[in-house]
Amino acid sequence: MVEKNGKGARVPEARVIPLHADDTGGRTRWRLGAGETRPRGRADREPSGRARRSDAGTSSSSSTSRTTTTPRPRPPADDAPPQTPPIAVVPDPEPPAWESALESALRFVRRRLAGDYPVDEFGYDPELAESVIAPVLQPLYQHWFRVETIGMQHVPDSGGALIVANHSGTLPLDALMTIQALHSEHPARRRLRLLGADLMFRLPIVGELARKNGATLACNPDAERLMGSGELVGVFPEGFKGIGKPFADRYKLQRFGRGGFVSAALRTGVPIIPCSIVGAEETYPKIGDVAPLARLLGAPYFPITPTFPLLGPLGLVPLPSKWYIEFGEPIVLDRYTPADAEDPMLVFNLTDQVRETIQHTLYRLLSQRRNVFLG
Amino acid sequence: MPVTPSGPQPLDRPSVVLVTGVSRFLGGNLAARLAADPAIERVLGVDTVPPSRDMLRRMGRAEFVRADIRNPLISKVIAGAGVDTVVHAALSASPGSSGGRTAMKEMNVIGTMQLLAACQKAERVRRVVLKSTTAVYGSGSRDPALFDESMTPKDLPSGGYAKDAAEIEGYLRGFARRRPDVGTTVLRFCNYVGPRIDTVMTRYFALPVVPTVLGFDARMQLLHEEDALAVLERAATHDLPGVYNVAADGVLMLSQAIRRAGQVQVPVPSPAVGPVGRLLRGARIVDYSPEQMRFLHFGRVVDTTRLKERFGFAPRWTTVQAFDDYVRGRALRPVLGRARLEAAERTVLRAAKVLG
Repeated sequence: MVEKNGKGARVPEARVIPLHADDTGGRTRWRLGAGETRPRGRADREPSGRARRSDAGTSSSSSTSRTTTTPRPRPPADDAPPQTPPIAVVPDPEPPAWESALESALRFVRRRLAGDYPVDEFGYDPELAESVIAPVLQPLYQHWFRVETIGMQHVPDSGGALIVANHSGTLPLDALMTIQALHSEHPARRRLRLLGADLMFRLPIVGELARKNGATLACNPDAERLMGSGELVGVFPEGFKGIGKPFADRYKLQRFGRGGFVSAALRTGVPIIPCSIVGAEETYPKIGDVAPLARLLGAPYFPITPTFPLLGPLGLVPLPSKWYIEFGEPIVLDRYTPADAEDPMLVFNLTDQVRETIQHTLYRLLSQRRNVFLG
Repeated sequence: MPVTPSGPQPLDRPSVVLVTGVSRFLGGNLAARLAADPAIERVLGVDTVPPSRDMLRRMGRAEFVRADIRNPLISKVIAGAGVDTVVHAALSASPGSSGGRTAMKEMNVIGTMQLLAACQKAERVRRVVLKSTTAVYGSGSRDPALFDESMTPKDLPSGGYAKDAAEIEGYLRGFARRRPDVGTTVLRFCNYVGPRIDTVMTRYFALPVVPTVLGFDARMQLLHEEDALAVLERAATHDLPGVYNVAADGVLMLSQAIRRAGQVQVPVPSPAVGPVGRLLRGARIVDYSPEQMRFLHFGRVVDTTRLKERFGFAPRWTTVQAFDDYVRGRALRPVLGRARLEAAERTVLRAAKVLG
């Protein structure tokens, strides 16, 4: 009931927030869009963003650092490559580039075949994750979903932190894209260690790859062990309720479980970083659910999307929605002690705070979005 | 009898030690190690079958008593010799070598009950060490990544070795309640490997074509046989009551281990794993029980902080080193050995250069 009231009341409010928040999002907003073919939408948004920034300029020093970073991501560099080869050829013509590339590729294959690589206690295989899984996902990240990240500076360069995000999209592409975002865009190239449902680890191949890609079971001992050892941990507290919700309920946060993630963060004293993902809901719009079939397969749902059973395997191709991943201001838990994890009221309040933050951010990002596919 | 608040009365050095299961690798070699310790007055080794001649020679002054621990006669041995330390290392994991599952269960469970009953009556017993297994934690998709000693399995082991071990640990807890003056140590060992020891795992990796479960890759921890012996010896000669996970540092994935051994992995779809396992068992190649099948799906890793901090032992071999030592020691003939891989790499490079 409370949620409904909140949402109903928030709609006019959400119109106001975007302006205020445009300066947090401003940096990356123009970045990938700059080279694209939508000058009109941009033109009418840009002045407002600029105006906002100039009068917000006094408010924080971080906004100035943001303006300094704006020129960096401008993509003309992408058009440049034709000019670079002549420079590369100059130094050493003797060993061709392909030869050393082949050599290192063969060395990699040999090491893999000889079992000569480290794996951690959770089954995380950093070499496989970085050299095989990440390059495979990068095109999906960069060209298919054209993910834009906002607020990357909120993720610490080192030390434990807990990233809490909304879950959506029928298949957990949002989890993979968040890993990719932190790995490819964070200055410290951080690895996100995800906490997954037990169902995932029961599935053949999926479970194996998830562990090798750094995921582990969503349970307090594992979460605390990872955060305690300074890892960046990611969790989707909505679980299957979130990822498997019908398309009509898109961007409505589901219940946040029992707040186990908050108590784990309290026990290890790491900050919670709310993370809002926009765009994942539209990858596989779930317009129906064949419950008996799902029961038969032991799955939480059997989705019907506009393309899925209809086009067969082709239906597995996600729709190319434009994505935004925003990392919010960290919620620092320094003033609490591990014993506070036993205080249910505090845990509930913090859980609500995180949930509200993500929901607000989602509404704000949505109100800024003009088009599902073009952003 | 003065009872100290801490319960068990400390026993600095044992004078008479009884070791069960001396015809096996761990029991026999432990007896040999203890016999080499001049501070220990007498070492008794018990088993139903005599140890090999080589083992007997190595055991030196340790005395072999051919007795069945399932028989109440064992209490006469314990009382008669004035045993103060009992190391129960007879727990068997492979039904094949124990004469079938029924006989194995009887030996494991009934044998332990009799042994503990005998210990309970023996006034001089001050320390009981049990060789258990990390299999008591089970293995499944709902398990935390690492088990510590306080955790219980999500699903109780339904049968086999793991169930035996869980029951035996229960009996030992009961015994500890009835005899609070006796210090009890439970050592939960992971799988052992090494050049000499013969276990289900060592036979499994020696197969030229190793069947695995399609789409699953188990996380494994291994322990070198020498480390296992050192832990047992330390538990027998020091006052270290409690439950301890015993495993080496580091983790090997099953697929990785097979690659390191240079063998060829053959993934078998999950539904076909049962029949294939039965086939291997029928052919007396590898003796695979259902709980070991589950282990091949998910594996199991335990937290060894308590072993290092309270027990005061850090394994000398890591999991990878132990496994490599096993591969070298057994002189496994790798199908896809390192040398062959390097040769293949050179060939490809040469060919590419010629073509390029």
